[in-house]
Amino acid sequence: MTGERALPYLLLAPSLLFLALLFLWPLAEAFLVAFSGPGGQWSLVNFREMAEDLNFADAVRNTLLLVAVVVPIQLALALGLGVLLGSLDRGRDGFLYIWTIPLGISDLAAGILWLAMLSERGYLNSLLAALGLVEGPVLWLSYETPLALFLAVVVAEVWRATAIVLVILVAGMQLIPKEYYEAAEVFGAGAFQRFRRITLPLLKPSIQTALILRTILAFEVFAVVVVLGGRDLPVLAGEAFAWQYDYRNAGVASAYAVLILTVSLAATWLYLRLLRVREESLA
Amino acid sequence: MKPRRFLYLSLALLASVWVLVPIYLLAISAFGGPETINAWPKGLLPARISTATLAFFFAVRGVWDAILNSILVAALTMAMSILLGAPAGYALARFVFPGKDGYRLLVLLTRAFPIAILALPLTVRFIEIGIYDTVFAVALVHTALALPFAILVSSSLFMGVPKELEEAAWTLGCSRFQAFREVVWPLARPGIAATMIFAFVVSWNEVFAASVLTLRERTLTAFLLTSLNESPLHFRFAGGLFLIVPALVFIFAVRRYLFSMWGIANR
Repeated sequence: MTGERALPYLLLAPSLLFLALLFLWPLAEAFLVAFSGPGGQWSLVNFREMAEDLNFADAVRNTLLLVAVVVPIQLALALGLGVLLGSLDRGRDGFLYIWTIPLGISDLAAGILWLAMLSERGYLNSLLAALGLVEGPVLWLSYETPLALFLAVVVAEVWRATAIVLVILVAGMQLIPKEYYEAAEVFGAGAFQRFRRITLPLLKPSIQTALILRTILAFEVFAVVVVLGGRDLPVLAGEAFAWQYDYRNAGVASAYAVLILTVSLAATWLYLRLLRVREESLA
Repeated sequence: MKPRRFLYLSLALLASVWVLVPIYLLAISAFGGPETINAWPKGLLPARISTATLAFFFAVRGVWDAILNSILVAALTMAMSILLGAPAGYALARFVFPGKDGYRLLVLLTRAFPIAILALPLTVRFIEIGIYDTVFAVALVHTALALPFAILVSSSLFMGVPKELEEAAWTLGCSRFQAFREVVWPLARPGIAATMIFAFVVSWNEVFAASVLTLRERTLTAFLLTSLNESPLHFRFAGGLFLIVPALVFIFAVRRYLFSMWGIANR
């Protein structure tokens, strides 16, 4: 039965070959390009050029700040919505569908959508004017108002990408046996106690997964920022794009890509350390 | 109990408003004609319903080509990710073999790679082999993004088909392939369809790789992104709405598989 033994490998081979060609190879090549000088020799010149660029420090700071602000908000919001969903008597499917709509919306479209809200003659200013808080159109999305621009990106990212955290958490919540809650109620545990003592600990693997995935994606934040602020709010992926597309400098662009990968892996490692999950619950 | 129910329902409605109202406002920005775009202050109803903005959007040179390219890329991505992913998913679901865990780990690891690190080196290689700026090249990169999901989700779908059914077919004289075609495939098909739709959406929405890998053969996202600086607001609004609408339909179509898609694929 050698045919039978070879079959799984034959079935895996095409996908493995594809992933090797389009994941492992470009990954290796990005490192080669990033770490090589003009003559092809080993060199840190690309990283030096990257670090000496005017936008570099801002891009690092903005990206880290965005991750630090956006991801916790998304986690808290998704936890709240997940618990809320469990407390509803009716209409769960409908609400869940509405709340997960942003899953299908690209970061570019989400950026454009919030541009319609926040532009000079947009809906936010109209609302503020109706409340008597502003006199006329106010410019929020400009390099002169970096804080407002930053907050705009935060709002757009929270709007767009909380849904993925929600779905991962709700999937996890569905695995928690109902009996645990019933038992807790019998012993007089209130809603908050049940959340803290049952939901949170049993949801840890899902929380870990959601945090890792969202953080990796947040380090790549790109189109939302470009639509709302252009390069007035530099971020790492935006700089990588600009160096590749506008300056035609693949070396520095790859250096940025390597940097993004490094911080993503570092964050993943950190989450795995901080939220240690026992092996058996990861199955 | 009554007031608490009311509170829960209000909060749920509030969250729904938060999701839906911006979409509605973008829609009236795109359907309200120039008067709505320039109106100040804006109301919650459009000045009038008009297709002028959308007509302007579709009349811009290159928009139809970009839409067509987006559809082609997404269709190719859909086909490639399922053709490569479903056999692998079947192997993971039905066989125990050395190297299985290593393969799984590789598939999971691919998710940690930022798109920039794939797209940038591939740009250079694609130029060398002459497929830079083609629909096919973009579809290759999008397949790399969608394939890990296709593998993991189809593996869980095949695991959901009882092995006994397949074995019964073998004892009745079916070959492995016949048993797969007659027994497993029909049962897994709806889920496979959802996986394909998912791959379509991944590709339809992708911006970064599509923008660096094309110059003339723009997808819609790449076209919109690279023309941001030259294009008037109402053009961007119409484009944004046009990007969102298919995604809404797709998410509705796969809503039953949402958890198996994201819940399992992310474990």
